[in-house]
Amino acid sequence: MLSQQLVNGLVLGSTYALFALGFTLIFGVLRVINLTYGFYFSIGAFVALTVAREFGATIWVALPVGALSAGVVAVVADWILLTRLRRAKAGELASLMVTLGAVLALYSLMAVFIGTDIQRFPFGFVDNTAIEFGGIRISLVQMLIVGTTFVLVAVLFLLLQRTKLGLMIRALAENEDAARLMGINVGLTVAAVSFLSGTLGGAAGVLIGLNFNAIQPFMGEHMMLRGFAVIIIGGLGDIRGALIAGVLLGVLEVLTAGYISSNAKEAVAFTILVLTLWFRPVGLFGRAQAKRA
Amino acid sequence: MDGMTMAEWLDDFLFTYETLIHALGVNGLLALSMYCVMAVGQLSLGQAAFMGIGAYTGALLTLNLGLPFWLVLPLSALAPAVVALVIGGPTLRLSGVYLAISTIALGEVLRVLYINAEWLTGGALGLSGIPRKADLWLIYLLLFLAVLGFWAVGRSKIGRAMEAMREDEAVAGVMGVNLPVYKMGALVVSAMLAGLAGCLTAHSNSFIGPNEFGFEMAVTILSFALLGGIGTPIAPVIGALVLTSLPEILRPLQDFRLVINGLIIVVAVLFLPRGVIPFRLRRAP
Amino acid sequence: MTVLLSASRLTKQFTGLLAVNEVDVEVAAGSVHGIIGPNGAGKTTLFNLISGLLPSTSGTLTLDGRDVTSAPPYQRTRLGVARTFQNIRMFSDMTVVENVMTGMHTRLKSSGVASLLRLPGFRREERAARDKAMELLAFVSLADKARIRSGDLSYGDQRRLEIARALAGDPRLLLLDEPAAGMNPTETRDLGTLLRQVAKRDITLLLVEHNMGFVMDLCDRITVLNFGRKIAEGGPREVRDNPAVIEAYLGTKVAARLAKAHGA
Repeated sequence: MLSQQLVNGLVLGSTYALFALGFTLIFGVLRVINLTYGFYFSIGAFVALTVAREFGATIWVALPVGALSAGVVAVVADWILLTRLRRAKAGELASLMVTLGAVLALYSLMAVFIGTDIQRFPFGFVDNTAIEFGGIRISLVQMLIVGTTFVLVAVLFLLLQRTKLGLMIRALAENEDAARLMGINVGLTVAAVSFLSGTLGGAAGVLIGLNFNAIQPFMGEHMMLRGFAVIIIGGLGDIRGALIAGVLLGVLEVLTAGYISSNAKEAVAFTILVLTLWFRPVGLFGRAQAKRA
Repeated sequence: MDGMTMAEWLDDFLFTYETLIHALGVNGLLALSMYCVMAVGQLSLGQAAFMGIGAYTGALLTLNLGLPFWLVLPLSALAPAVVALVIGGPTLRLSGVYLAISTIALGEVLRVLYINAEWLTGGALGLSGIPRKADLWLIYLLLFLAVLGFWAVGRSKIGRAMEAMREDEAVAGVMGVNLPVYKMGALVVSAMLAGLAGCLTAHSNSFIGPNEFGFEMAVTILSFALLGGIGTPIAPVIGALVLTSLPEILRPLQDFRLVINGLIIVVAVLFLPRGVIPFRLRRAP
Repeated sequence: MTVLLSASRLTKQFTGLLAVNEVDVEVAAGSVHGIIGPNGAGKTTLFNLISGLLPSTSGTLTLDGRDVTSAPPYQRTRLGVARTFQNIRMFSDMTVVENVMTGMHTRLKSSGVASLLRLPGFRREERAARDKAMELLAFVSLADKARIRSGDLSYGDQRRLEIARALAGDPRLLLLDEPAAGMNPTETRDLGTLLRQVAKRDITLLLVEHNMGFVMDLCDRITVLNFGRKIAEGGPREVRDNPAVIEAYLGTKVAARLAKAHGA
């Protein structure tokens, strides 16, 4: 029973980790709490749903198409909303407000055109079978989620550590002016970071939409609670912290639901968020720039 | 006025637009609660959540305990103030994004809790049959007093300290402003105002539900303050007035109400950082 | 001599950099004390430690015998510390007189309730505060610009407004961070006159400045910092002739050549 719950928790946690990864990446490099991130999650899921329904695409097509479209949306959104503020070196609250307004407009537009009813992937889109070993059941969807998360995280780490683009991103994260002086094309790097994080957000949207098989414009907004909790527990901008905090939150939620009540599960994220702020605002590994005001 | 007396016409008018007129007053209070936090250079996105706490507290005290309204109203202001202390305590020592993030998260968690705690909150159906005790005069009296209060305090050393914090927090500290106390004070007062607004809404609509105090409302309240500007306490109230009546006047826009509110924030931050009423309060005699 | 401000082994470490390294400074009450040193010597960091904008890593700081090492800025202001900034930091949307009145924050006693109800005591205090602000503006020759938006003042006027704002809190110790920066010789001379008048008001001055003539002329005592350490201290003449100081400013080779030329 416990081991089954731990497995479920790990699966849930890896979706949280995947979701929060792109979110914390944006903050870590661009110093922006970009709330349009929740929309990338919704749009990724919707694009995947549409190609599956209209063109009968399989998951292996729908997942990348959904994720990459979200990446493109992210680049456009960042360019429209944040270029001007970045140039003016505006404060972090100004950029937060802009993305907040934009994300409400985006969700609402989506709701006006496709309604707020819950939509589902076509029947038989993914194999619903589960395999069992040692008394633990894992469904194929769950394996797909964990597998995709592993692959995307590995790709992201390799990209950041081993490629020229990764070096440019890390330089930008360190200091924008210095990066510019070193001849780094800041605009291009910003776009790349937006694209990466949008793709991660979109992939998370497809996978979580698949897991619960419930897709709706505001799904990204409802996911943000977990997103906020994970990036603060992990430490703002800390990628490794977000991964571990995401998995931790998933496990804790499943255990709370199992041993206390499923209502209490909903409060887990917020409770740890507030406890972290009180007792360890720098996050798990103490690497967040929890700048004292 | 074809045969109608003035009193009849007014009665008729009030009857037709009663909901709108209530909403205008309540939204004015909410805009002021946003103003109060932004006036010290902070950003709280929990105004809708605080409003919800006030609304549910008020409704439950009236429905379950039958307390008199004069007691329910202050208690509904007190409840969100306590929550503000718990959230403000750690976040106000950190940079501004922490308060913003944790207050949005507050709204989200409360929405889910209202839905799940069915035994207390009526779940997704919400609470109905709340007696209509929030008279029009009471709403507008509170709004008037709040504007007057902010205006009076704004023209004192407190107002100067708040504007100083908004412009350059570190220097305000060097001027001797006790930053933690001012930030916490502003957050608590704003939570109380939002709580009052929530209680008034509950007791004028006679119904409240879990989705009324979520993300959309939080962003809408911010759009009031950003449209009007925060140079004077009147400005955000006018912002609320415009954004509340606009969809009533332009019916076809109703569906796009939230889209417009969102876009107003984008446009205001990018192009109109002082809002449409850019005047500022004079702070010297 | 009574010591007004005393820093003992005061240290500030940033990641990988000791900006202020075990600095001892004693500022005598009523004196004009200068802090000089090459760029990056840690002068502004030292000011930030004294005014409380940065927490120190170690060491102690006392003001008039009271330990203020970990006191927040507003408490230090209440105890009589005021400062100006190297890159002027006005509240630029406020009028000139409002800026000065903001500087009186700790000296105004009316409560929030009194201002809410606009009680007679509150109104009297506000009027007195405005009058005092106007006097201070007259003192720095800005009286005719009291109602102008501060951001619209000229650079030199902004510098003087910052001094008036700092004086508004009735400080005992006034920290001036490069007050003469960007000023022409005439403006610098006027500033010197102004600061001497400030000193006559029983206010101790501690100033960071690059203009050597200005510092030597004005200060009773000078502390020299280099790479975060104190390398010399004394009267203007002593400091000027100190080989370590010359070396810090001009580099070792030049110092050696100068020493040879002087036959020392």
